[in-house]
Amino acid sequence: MRQVAGAVLTASRVAASQVTGGGTADPVAARSQMGFSLGWHIILACLGVGMPALVLLAEWRGWRTGDPWYQLLARRWAKALGVLFAVGAVSGTVLSFEMGVLWAGLMDNYGSVIGLPFAIEGFAFFIEAIFLGIYLYGWDRLPPKVHLLSGVPIVVAGIASAFFVVTANAWMNSPTGFTIVNGRLTGVDPWAAMFNRATGPEATHLILAAFMVTGFAMASVYAVAMLRGRTDRYHRLGLLIPLTFGAIMTPIQIVVGDWATRSVATDQPLKLAAMEGLNTSGRHVPESIGGYFSGGQLHWALKIPDGLSLLLHLSPSGYVTGLQSAPADDRPSLVTVVHLAFDTMVGLGVGLLLLGAWLALAWWRHRQPPRSVWFLRATAVSGVAAVVAMESGWIVTEVGRQPWIVYGVLRVADAVNPAPGLDWGLVAVVAVYAVLSVVTVYVLRRLARSRPVPEAPQESDVTGYKVV
Amino acid sequence: VATTLLALMWASVTVYALLAGADFGAGAWDLLSGRTGPGARRRALIEHAIGPVWEANHVWLIFVLVLMWTAFPPLFAAVSSTLYIPLTLVALGVIARGSAFAFRKAVTELWQQRIFGAAFAFSSLVTPFFLGALAGGVASGRVPPGLARGSVVTSWLNPTSVLSGALAVMTGMYLAAVYLTADARRSGQPDLAAEFRRRALGAGVLTGLLAVAGLVVVRADAPRLYAGLTGRALPLVVLSGAAGVASLVLLVARRYLLVRVTAALAVATVLWGWGVAQYPHLLSGAGGLTVAQAAAGPATLQATTISVGVGVVLLVPSLAWLFLLFQRSGHQPPAER
Repeated sequence: MRQVAGAVLTASRVAASQVTGGGTADPVAARSQMGFSLGWHIILACLGVGMPALVLLAEWRGWRTGDPWYQLLARRWAKALGVLFAVGAVSGTVLSFEMGVLWAGLMDNYGSVIGLPFAIEGFAFFIEAIFLGIYLYGWDRLPPKVHLLSGVPIVVAGIASAFFVVTANAWMNSPTGFTIVNGRLTGVDPWAAMFNRATGPEATHLILAAFMVTGFAMASVYAVAMLRGRTDRYHRLGLLIPLTFGAIMTPIQIVVGDWATRSVATDQPLKLAAMEGLNTSGRHVPESIGGYFSGGQLHWALKIPDGLSLLLHLSPSGYVTGLQSAPADDRPSLVTVVHLAFDTMVGLGVGLLLLGAWLALAWWRHRQPPRSVWFLRATAVSGVAAVVAMESGWIVTEVGRQPWIVYGVLRVADAVNPAPGLDWGLVAVVAVYAVLSVVTVYVLRRLARSRPVPEAPQESDVTGYKVV
Repeated sequence: VATTLLALMWASVTVYALLAGADFGAGAWDLLSGRTGPGARRRALIEHAIGPVWEANHVWLIFVLVLMWTAFPPLFAAVSSTLYIPLTLVALGVIARGSAFAFRKAVTELWQQRIFGAAFAFSSLVTPFFLGALAGGVASGRVPPGLARGSVVTSWLNPTSVLSGALAVMTGMYLAAVYLTADARRSGQPDLAAEFRRRALGAGVLTGLLAVAGLVVVRADAPRLYAGLTGRALPLVVLSGAAGVASLVLLVARRYLLVRVTAALAVATVLWGWGVAQYPHLLSGAGGLTVAQAAAGPATLQATTISVGVGVVLLVPSLAWLFLLFQRSGHQPPAER
């Protein structure tokens, strides 16, 4: 988790240092701080969106079948969800402060255009927090059916708040819903801004990513335990439920990812050019994998002839726009970072697809998961892989939009708070988050390990069994 | 429409001060609960009281922020760019407080609970101070319109800010003590109820004295605010004083539920007194910024009003259920602990 955030930090710092712009503003510190705190929060946000569905699934199965293992899993997961949600809620609050503390110029000019989804998201988050309080603290006060139902709003509101927040990011990529006449903002239509052309693909892509991160991350916890020899029913279920969930989402995500890429190709051709490391526009463009970009060329990449043209236009002579089509000041500067992040995301996505296929094949033939220890090993790393894939996708969309904060409308350097001393804020935030990361991981590990699972629980043992 | 949204925003500020302010205060009492052994029951009462609700209470702050940047973007930009230092400190305090509270419940060993408890309690003291300090900066007219036009230091390190920071801390502790008194009685712990009653009386008297002293400070440091408070907002200021005195009387008379109302009224009237004193100026300093100047366009205001209306319809029953569920049932340890 920290390594990823560290990589994000480095990437965004380098990105920021290459942003050209005047004024006394400090976009380097601001971009680093935003990249760091958002990259950190996004992991918890994904778990907050995905986990409630799995907790409810386990509780529902436990209620219907009376199987105590499901009930125990549901309680354990709910406990972890409580901790993760709290940390996610406060790290999300920091982001809303940073909207003004760092990006006062953006909010000053465009707050009226893009504030609305945040206001709606505020309500969704509110509903989520309320029902999470009811769900967690009402477990033994409410009848089972009511308790189960009280969890449904958490799932719905979690997905809704992810949707609304991503609409704001989609607007930064595909700004609509306003016109600028003589430097003044007019004709503001916040609904049009919210439902811009990037909203559909981007929001779907992120919500599915949240499901995948949750599924694979939770499965990997139990895979590690099983590799250490704890192969009882509790751990098998703990691995299978989230892994199946993640495996179902993966092929859908790959189709949606294709949709998202096409949308980028249409609306942000320069970002696509950076993703592919493509300098010159043209037809018969190859698909390039790997390599590094320098001096207007992609070196050492594996090229598949006509690949990109085929992927985007289903025709080998399809036309693709290259970086050179724009003036140097308007091009993303960190092409290598964007290109490799994109390849990392796609590569890991395919890897996770194969893991899911392995599970599906074994289930289809033997009605049980693969017995190979390599399956457990692959599952054990799948959580980290899903998180890295998600962060890579986020690097693609953010670093690939440079030098713009609002594509083609507002530059990062013009959006930043001009106050002196912002870099100290960066230092403080990095220090606090470093401590927070260590402590969060430590507490979650204690939650996972504390109180050994009873050997052969009778129903009464389990219902009387308090989780931590 | 802009004024309606402003009133809604100010109402959210008020609810945040009354609910989350008390959560901060409860954290401060946690700090003053004494050594581990004797303090355990006090800490348990505090944790039981704020555990299920603090996250929901905290959302009011986010709500204020999003309403402000949507409906009054220049206000949000001016305040957050000039006052970025206390805002960053508040953000860090919010992080430390929320996560430490969650972590303390998740760990079982005493030394860990002590560390997290200390982090929780300390940030409960610091965070409202900086929130109050930045409110003082805005109220005393030290935040000019525009991006980072004010001093990034003296805008929140000045007499009015120090005063309002201290007042924010004391108010939270006072409200928390008042709420906890009733909670302790309901959960069948009369000795704790008596203790928190004493604390509520002490904190109430101190807060009242601080508020009166504050008027003197404001008169010297922020004459424009003083003129408003003693002019148009005078009825609210008087009402606040009356409610404060009534609360002390009710505490002495052990009317714990009624005192919740008057104590909350005493705090709310201070906030609305400030609002009325300053209206229609959102930023009262040099140049100033009025509601009309800061408001977003009609399409945005309309969309925001509709969204808020729909949101409130969903929110009110949910909130009512949350509070009823945990106020009705007695002192029964939550299940997943």
